[in-house]
Amino acid sequence: MDGVHDMGGMHGFGKVEPEKDEPVFHAQWEGRTFAINRAMGYTGIWTIDQTRAGIERLPPDVYLSSSYYRKWALRLENLLVELGLVGADELKSGHALRPGKTLKRKLTAADVPNSLSRGSFSRQSSAPARFKAGDRVRTKNIHPATHTRLPRYARGRIGVIEAIRGCHVFPDTTAIGEGENPQWLYTVLFEGRELWGENTDPSLKVSIEAFEPYLEPA
Amino acid sequence: MSHDESDHEHSHEHGSELSEMQLRVRALETVLAEKGYIDPAALDVIIEAYETKIGPHNGARVIAKAWSDPAFKRALIEDASKAVASLGLLNRVGDHLIAVENTPKRHNMIVCTLCSCYPWEVLGLPPVWYKSAPYRSRAVNDPHGVLADFGVTLPPGTDVRVWDSTAETRFIVLPMRPAGTDGWSEQKLATLVTRDCMIGTGLPKNPGEVV
Repeated sequence: MDGVHDMGGMHGFGKVEPEKDEPVFHAQWEGRTFAINRAMGYTGIWTIDQTRAGIERLPPDVYLSSSYYRKWALRLENLLVELGLVGADELKSGHALRPGKTLKRKLTAADVPNSLSRGSFSRQSSAPARFKAGDRVRTKNIHPATHTRLPRYARGRIGVIEAIRGCHVFPDTTAIGEGENPQWLYTVLFEGRELWGENTDPSLKVSIEAFEPYLEPA
Repeated sequence: MSHDESDHEHSHEHGSELSEMQLRVRALETVLAEKGYIDPAALDVIIEAYETKIGPHNGARVIAKAWSDPAFKRALIEDASKAVASLGLLNRVGDHLIAVENTPKRHNMIVCTLCSCYPWEVLGLPPVWYKSAPYRSRAVNDPHGVLADFGVTLPPGTDVRVWDSTAETRFIVLPMRPAGTDGWSEQKLATLVTRDCMIGTGLPKNPGEVV
């Protein structure tokens, strides 16, 4: 999706402003929002890319003007309503008005220590990797209206395969409920000038993590 | 960003928005608990873990170990998930962690231009600036300018390599061990390792800063 979330190379956002002695959460609700996301994720109702797509689908003005955890909270509400797990009327009233649906599992305090690490996204491959380290590739010029992990600034560009990272769940399909569809994942290295033009610092190099369907031989 | 805009954002995030969001998130939590989807006690444990246990002090121990132990450093570059797991800092380390090494010729910088991907287990939750539009937009085309925002200038002859975290691989920078630290214990070396030097927006502290 060509949304405002795809920020690489955009101008006008100003300086980076590090905060001294930054707390983990700036307000109590931020911690609750983070933890509710984790707890609902544990129930298995969505994949990580469905949640990313949930943020990307926020209206651009909302995306740009909301703090990070406000985006998380809005995304949570939207996804829960879309999945029929809560009603908009319930969010409005602040109480459950109907019984909940049965979910696969529920996170308890005792489960938390072993649920904090990330899962594995590696999957069995159904075909050998099409590319090897050192191969020249061109990223495809694609503009799907749905979730993708190929950033706009790196579309239609020539790069070199630097490493094969294994065969992974494919975000573009899991995000829209079309399954894991595992694909080979590569680190693809680009010269800064290939991405940003001749006036760019000639020493700059940028890599992306690219799934095989994003690539063609060059 | 001008001073005025920055003030505006500050009051927006921490002032008027606070009460609205506090109420909104409380309502959401109540509904989800009443419907039996979540256990509020589990939320408390998650928040506590990220506020106290899971943070850049874990990454600092990994870097200090790599500076002290060549075999561990090789293992870290080979498979960082496995190497970090061997230290027993965490119950379980997620897959696909990759350590990238700074050299006199190459400085690495990590970004996620599309969202906020970050190696939580070794660095904790990302700071606000990492998730912000200025960092995500500029890291890939003006990394030296970004470094300048952090007050960092690289020695001449150092090229920048930016890693955009566009998949489930996660990156941690292995900075160069500061000079003047011969004979230092791992514990003491870890005090030189800042969060930002493991993202690539900073350098390790100088020995003089911690002695």
